[in-house]
Amino acid sequence: MANLKDLRGRINSVKSTRKITQAMKMVAAAKLRRAQQQAEAARPYAERMERMLASLGAAVAGSPDAPKLLVGSGADQVHLLVVITADRGLAGPFNTNVGRFARTQIRELEAQGKTVKIITVGRKAGTYLKREFASRLVGEINFVGKKRVGFEEADALATRITGMLEAGEFDVCTLVYNRFKNVITQTPSAQQLIPTVLPKAETVETEAAGAWYEYEPDEATILAQLLPKNLAIQIYRALLENSAGFFGSQMTAMDNATRNAGDMINKLTLTYNRTRQANITRELIEIISGAEAL
Amino acid sequence: MATFDLELVSPEKLLLSRPVEMAIIPAAEGDMGILPGHSPMIVALKGGVIEVRGGGQPAERLFVAGGFAEITPTRVTVLADEATPVDQLSRAAAAVRVKEAEAAYEAAANDLPEVREKAMDRLLSARTMADVAGAA
Repeated sequence: MANLKDLRGRINSVKSTRKITQAMKMVAAAKLRRAQQQAEAARPYAERMERMLASLGAAVAGSPDAPKLLVGSGADQVHLLVVITADRGLAGPFNTNVGRFARTQIRELEAQGKTVKIITVGRKAGTYLKREFASRLVGEINFVGKKRVGFEEADALATRITGMLEAGEFDVCTLVYNRFKNVITQTPSAQQLIPTVLPKAETVETEAAGAWYEYEPDEATILAQLLPKNLAIQIYRALLENSAGFFGSQMTAMDNATRNAGDMINKLTLTYNRTRQANITRELIEIISGAEAL
Repeated sequence: MATFDLELVSPEKLLLSRPVEMAIIPAAEGDMGILPGHSPMIVALKGGVIEVRGGGQPAERLFVAGGFAEITPTRVTVLADEATPVDQLSRAAAAVRVKEAEAAYEAAANDLPEVREKAMDRLLSARTMADVAGAA
């Protein structure tokens, strides 16, 4: 059995670990609130955009010269996966879940004979996928050192993806990220970006208005401007959900860690006291038997 | 006087949502004054000033750098790339932006017409911003 001094040392070290995890939990909770607010603030734009896109897309989708961003390149050979994770760890299975999900997807696509290209967003995705799929990586982005992700970052990524599409570097683009269900649950999911999946064009309000929209300038021009924006918005939303999910996951993980540390401290304290008691008893026996021997 | 609901949203937040009597928006093909009961339209915006009147509040002027507007008889939704109240515009920031846009336009001189057009739009938007900031 360990001696008393060692036990004391361990109890102290677990206590400081608990302090750290507790602090990290608080920080994550505060950041989670901020991330959620940011996600909340971004929602109106995305909703209005979706509504506009629905009515526009319906008008243009059928025509043969519909923009590439809307209908894709027509082929289904080269897949571009944009995998989003956090930049930092210590958040339970948050990053690994996305990584594993992406890996399954990549394996499936390759089993079907497709070519896969990967852009990773966030440091953890890069390190996770590099081990196995280094040859498929075409881009790595991370926001290390940035306090919060802004719309500009999403816009820059969208521009890059659009550029790749124009250059014919891929046919289908899919976003892989953690969908934020609630603070405790984040599910890794895939969302197809290109060709665009159009939302249904049956908003009640258009019907109530009883008329179709006039466009100025024409549908095609507006759509050509709207689609890249929409792409950026989708990415922005995924980034926000990712950061909200990350802090949620980190909070849960740190909460667990704090609780485990507490359990550990209790157990160690119990052992410590038992050992101490045993030592005293032993010394007493020694004294008594010594006295009796006389 | 009759009013309609005006919503002004940027990707990062909802900036304005209230009933107004009239709004003037800088549509790509010329400024539009909108009153309640306007026929449904979707328009692209160029860089310019949105002016909002009525609704029991003083007129408001906001600069937008481009975007879209959806107009229905009872509601107008403006999706702005970026929106700033005119009195908060900074002349220095506008000047920087003009310079950047000019450089980008120069750089795009040999590019495809679409690329040049985009650069031109940005340049015009930046110049409008500088004008507005200068006047304020």
